[in-house]
Amino acid sequence: MATDYNAYVTAEPIEGAEEGPLAGKTVAVKDNISTEGVRTTCGSAMLDDYVPPYDATVVERLKEAGATIPGKTNMDEFGMGTTTETSAFGPVENPAAPGHVPGGSSGGSAAVVAAGDADMALGSDTGGSIRCPAAFCGVVGIKPTYGLVSRYGLVAYANSLEQIGPIAPSVEEAAELLEVIAGPDGRDATTRAPPNADAAGGDGHDLDYASAADGDVDGLDIGVPTELVAGADERVTDVFWDAIADLEERGASYHEVELPSVEYAVESYYVIAMSEASSNLARFDGVRYGQTGGYDGNWNETFAESRRKGFGDEVKRRVLLGTYALSAGYHDKYYAKAQDARAWIQQDFDEALAEADVLASPTMPVPPMALGESLDDPLTMYLADANTTPVNMANLPAISVPAGETEEGLPVGLQFVGPAFGERAIIRAGSALA
Amino acid sequence: MSDETDVDADAEVEVDAETGVDGGADAADGAADAVDPEEVRHVADLARVDLADDDVDRFTEQFADILASFEALDEVPEVEREEELANVMRPDEEREGLTQDEALSNAPETEDGYFKGPRVS
Repeated sequence: MATDYNAYVTAEPIEGAEEGPLAGKTVAVKDNISTEGVRTTCGSAMLDDYVPPYDATVVERLKEAGATIPGKTNMDEFGMGTTTETSAFGPVENPAAPGHVPGGSSGGSAAVVAAGDADMALGSDTGGSIRCPAAFCGVVGIKPTYGLVSRYGLVAYANSLEQIGPIAPSVEEAAELLEVIAGPDGRDATTRAPPNADAAGGDGHDLDYASAADGDVDGLDIGVPTELVAGADERVTDVFWDAIADLEERGASYHEVELPSVEYAVESYYVIAMSEASSNLARFDGVRYGQTGGYDGNWNETFAESRRKGFGDEVKRRVLLGTYALSAGYHDKYYAKAQDARAWIQQDFDEALAEADVLASPTMPVPPMALGESLDDPLTMYLADANTTPVNMANLPAISVPAGETEEGLPVGLQFVGPAFGERAIIRAGSALA
Repeated sequence: MSDETDVDADAEVEVDAETGVDGGADAADGAADAVDPEEVRHVADLARVDLADDDVDRFTEQFADILASFEALDEVPEVEREEELANVMRPDEEREGLTQDEALSNAPETEDGYFKGPRVS
């Protein structure tokens, strides 16, 4: 039962249309994605009674496709975490590795899929928040190309980096769910039709991804970024290289590539994400929604009181550091340098993908941490995002697929990264493993 | 929506006035050393987050570590950016939005169909 590992914040079913590609399927939805009439908390005390008056575009599309939404899944507060332990509604336990974290921030979504309590789920990925929990829970997660899926109705954390994406037991099912949610949306001006959309059916709403899940990797050219393997735990790299050997036996080949810029990915990612967060979360002042700060003092005092009560530690940390990084005198040192790093990372990936069909690495450099292990040391938690954050910085699509287990039985995920709007390439590669 | 921008704008202006542009030169010498409890309190004030004393102490310590790791960005070369950006336009026509009741439905307090906020100063 999902309640045993605290995976749902709200377990209130939302019925979809009677017919459609997802009729009869349950798709759990992360609790930072707006559902009309059903509370959407973002895992935060700030929004513990917030009920959206409208649906996110992806929720509309799920309902039209016939899916039933069994509930809203637990998550790190506002998506800020790698373990799903920062939720105001308590931590989620990993059903695939009891006593361990499910990964984050979409930990509840990955957990309900791993436990079989939902057929599929939606998560959101700002710096790895779909791929990390997919890897830790032994399921499949896709972070789409930036702009493929509408963010309308997604409560913003760092809008230049985040995408909504599917989590499922198999690559084929994840691809089927992606087909339902992908495609341009007039209410999110950053969405666009993939360049290949015409061939696939016109407006990009009939994108064909599931047919790429044929497991055929004969002739596939895989680039392995040395920087993303060198820093990883041996228990993880052993499983990773076994999976690469498996792919080689089936006709794929690999070569090593160098991405010197990714050494700066975590730091530059956190500067950008925290800066955007400090601006996005300024809206939570307890006037239009959220915890009221009362009416006694002036507005600076009552807003500060609202935010003291409503935000947890990790959110306060990121809002403060983001405010610091954007402030006069520090902007050029942190934010401008982080944007340089982002452009450099994009160039490195473009060059590497010019000479490979996909890039492969361990999704996470470590196996799932024990519950409670990483909470007191934020920096160590940030560094666990070393392999996932570069992909968000480069706006590229990536998939995490189960690659096997460590000797202790902890799940290990393998990440494939593709060129922009190259979802079919990563789906095909991933389907050879799951 | 307007107070969103206000909070940000305030923050920029105030820091500007207090640390000035020269603060940037000091920052380059090593921001990690520069984090003290007063600075954490100042940033919390700009971000409109009331902090308890023990939060300030803990954050001071953690920010020193985190900002020290951000020092690595000094090694990042200047990179020429080729942004493929295009404006997305739509006709400026009336569209359906939230009703007044819907817009007010999550407000902790309302009065006569308006949001109720604290005194401005």
